[in-house]
Amino acid sequence: MSQKSYSEIKNNSFSLDLKEIPVLKYDLFCEQVSDSLKNEAKHCVAYYGVPISGILKFYCYIADDNNKIIDVFSHEQNIHKPVLKSLTTVCPQFQIFEREIHENFGVEFIGHPWLKPVRYSHDRSDKSKMIENYPFYTIESEELHEVGVGPVHAGIIEPGHFRFICNGEKVLHLEIQLGYQHRGIEKLFIEKKDSLQRCILSESIAGDTSIGHALAHSQLIESLAGIEVCETLQIERCIALEMERLAVHIGDTAALCGDVAYQLGQVVCEALRTLIINTTQLWCGNRFGKGLVRPGGSNYPLGNEIIDEILRILDNTGNRFNEIADRIYSLPSVLSRFDEIGILTKQQGLAIGIVGQSARASGISRDLRKTHPFQYYKQYSFEPVILENGDVLARGMQRNLEIRESMRIIRELTEIWCEKTQDVEKPVYDYKLKPESFAISMVEGWRGEICHLATTDKNGMINHYKVKDPSMHNWMGLALAVRNQEISDFPICNKSFNLSYCGHDL
Amino acid sequence: MFNEVKILASHGRQYIKNLHTQSVSNLFRGRPVISKNITADEIIAVSELCPVKAIDSKSGSIDTGRCVFCKECSFMLPQKIVFTNDYRIAANSREALIISPGVENPVRLDEIKIRKEIRKLFKGALKLREVSAGGDNSCEMELAATGNVNFDFGRFGIEFVASPRHADGIVITGPVSENMAEALEITYKAIPSPKIIILAGTDAISGGIFDGSPALDRRFIEQNHIDLYVPGNPVHPLTYINGVMDLLGIK
Repeated sequence: MSQKSYSEIKNNSFSLDLKEIPVLKYDLFCEQVSDSLKNEAKHCVAYYGVPISGILKFYCYIADDNNKIIDVFSHEQNIHKPVLKSLTTVCPQFQIFEREIHENFGVEFIGHPWLKPVRYSHDRSDKSKMIENYPFYTIESEELHEVGVGPVHAGIIEPGHFRFICNGEKVLHLEIQLGYQHRGIEKLFIEKKDSLQRCILSESIAGDTSIGHALAHSQLIESLAGIEVCETLQIERCIALEMERLAVHIGDTAALCGDVAYQLGQVVCEALRTLIINTTQLWCGNRFGKGLVRPGGSNYPLGNEIIDEILRILDNTGNRFNEIADRIYSLPSVLSRFDEIGILTKQQGLAIGIVGQSARASGISRDLRKTHPFQYYKQYSFEPVILENGDVLARGMQRNLEIRESMRIIRELTEIWCEKTQDVEKPVYDYKLKPESFAISMVEGWRGEICHLATTDKNGMINHYKVKDPSMHNWMGLALAVRNQEISDFPICNKSFNLSYCGHDL
Repeated sequence: MFNEVKILASHGRQYIKNLHTQSVSNLFRGRPVISKNITADEIIAVSELCPVKAIDSKSGSIDTGRCVFCKECSFMLPQKIVFTNDYRIAANSREALIISPGVENPVRLDEIKIRKEIRKLFKGALKLREVSAGGDNSCEMELAATGNVNFDFGRFGIEFVASPRHADGIVITGPVSENMAEALEITYKAIPSPKIIILAGTDAISGGIFDGSPALDRRFIEQNHIDLYVPGNPVHPLTYINGVMDLLGIK
């Protein structure tokens, strides 16, 4: 190849001049992208369209885990409902992105097996499509029946609709229809010119990942504004992120126990989660860490007192968690419910581009803390926990091991923190962003790969903002995992993935 | 068996004995207190700073139904605006959520405005259906936490139920997305009368940071009588618990 057909960018490092990204002919784009994705260490991070003065510009980001680089591919089309060959047929991981582009701009993808609405966004191209008329897949048969659940569920959870096609108790097919939580977040990121408003917005994308999304947003702003933060703050952000991971993983362990009626496991883990989130509250006044992460600095720099309390709580919860977790994962009545249930194979996972802890439980080594490190993980040597089986037990065990790992990381980071002498600055709200630039920011939240992307216009104002929650990739994983399972096992399969509705619906 | 007993022993007693007086971190951002000495210029400065326009630019009052509790106004004027760790901030009228400069009284429910049938019928047991309508899952998790071993709200016979047919009322979280508006209406209609409506969280009360987004449809909230407003971003379990206990008259 004489000329490079894509641009390279590193996670959370610098912004790129938009004009530098080469624009490919669509056929060449497909060829390059699908060739690139034959490599297991690469996956699609995001693929979307941006309408700019009559042209629809497409950007596709392929993460190269071996080289810690993200390749940016681009092509352009006429904005008036172009017809394109679908990439999903060769790379299934594009299914959700092509669906999203279809919904937003009316682009037809020829050969896409499933070109259905993603979230019924307010600014979708075809307003005649309504959420109540979602075109569910059906099978004509005398023996089969359908089970519809939601959008309002039995528990205190977010809304989404699940449509099962069952043969007796066995699930043949599950279709997950989302969109009920759509609040127009990406539009609001552009409309809200005030930087503090955008911070609050980033914390509200998915409240269970407030720290993860706020960090992704802050990193993005720092890249575009050319702000560097000191190592002390980077460590504090990593500690916050690990605290969030700890709290949710422990909470999920409680929920998994609850679903198989192991009450002791449930109540002990619930109480342990309370201790962790109350420590976050002690640090910043909010149990979910809202307000803790801001661009350029922090309103809540760590102090020795809080460090001591974090360490004390880790000792306390660590011992108690190990005690209960060892019991949970040796109890026959629990194991028989988790083992070999809801399997997502490595091949399936790779095909749909699964990310995060669900990927790692299926033997796929994807962890941004290692592959595209950010904040202090850049300096910190880190090995992700990888399990092979891809069943509920593996995803439960994954949490179990990651909890211990996060505790170890926090302990080590607090030691390094004590050696640092730089003072954490106050947050920066009156930043100026580089004009006509683009930046990408990725964070390994507890669920997986969070990605925020933005471009600026010639005045340095944000004119496009894209949010990708890991759930975007992973909902398909849940749909595949429940195939040929008993419908009664759906709740534990669902809990074992614990995906976000609001993060998906935006 | 021995293992379980050992775990129970190290688990110890977890429940909070007195849900009215339990103390929380000093940094917890609860009821704001605005100094009566705040100047007109300072009021304008913080009202412009506020990301959700919760501070009135004339009076300087803070509307806790709009506030996202980011505390930035207090960082700007630490001598004039303080967020106390008083979590008892639920009220049964929208106006009562607005806290004026110089007011340091605790927020309590207006007994006269509580509908008669509520205490008569629900004091012994209250079953509620939760509907998340665009909520970000933090309020939802906090409401779920009210039933856990720490808060154990079930001790008063107050809990969430699966079916609206079994419920005495509805708890709404989230700013009410357009796509969820119909499902919310249907769920509410399925609850037998008399029934109550509780709004949990800033998003539900005012739309919060999403206020003004065209992807919302807040007609249900505007058209129905709201029995309890529970501010917070997200609501603290103790805010919700105390609000409901006060509504029912449980001491």
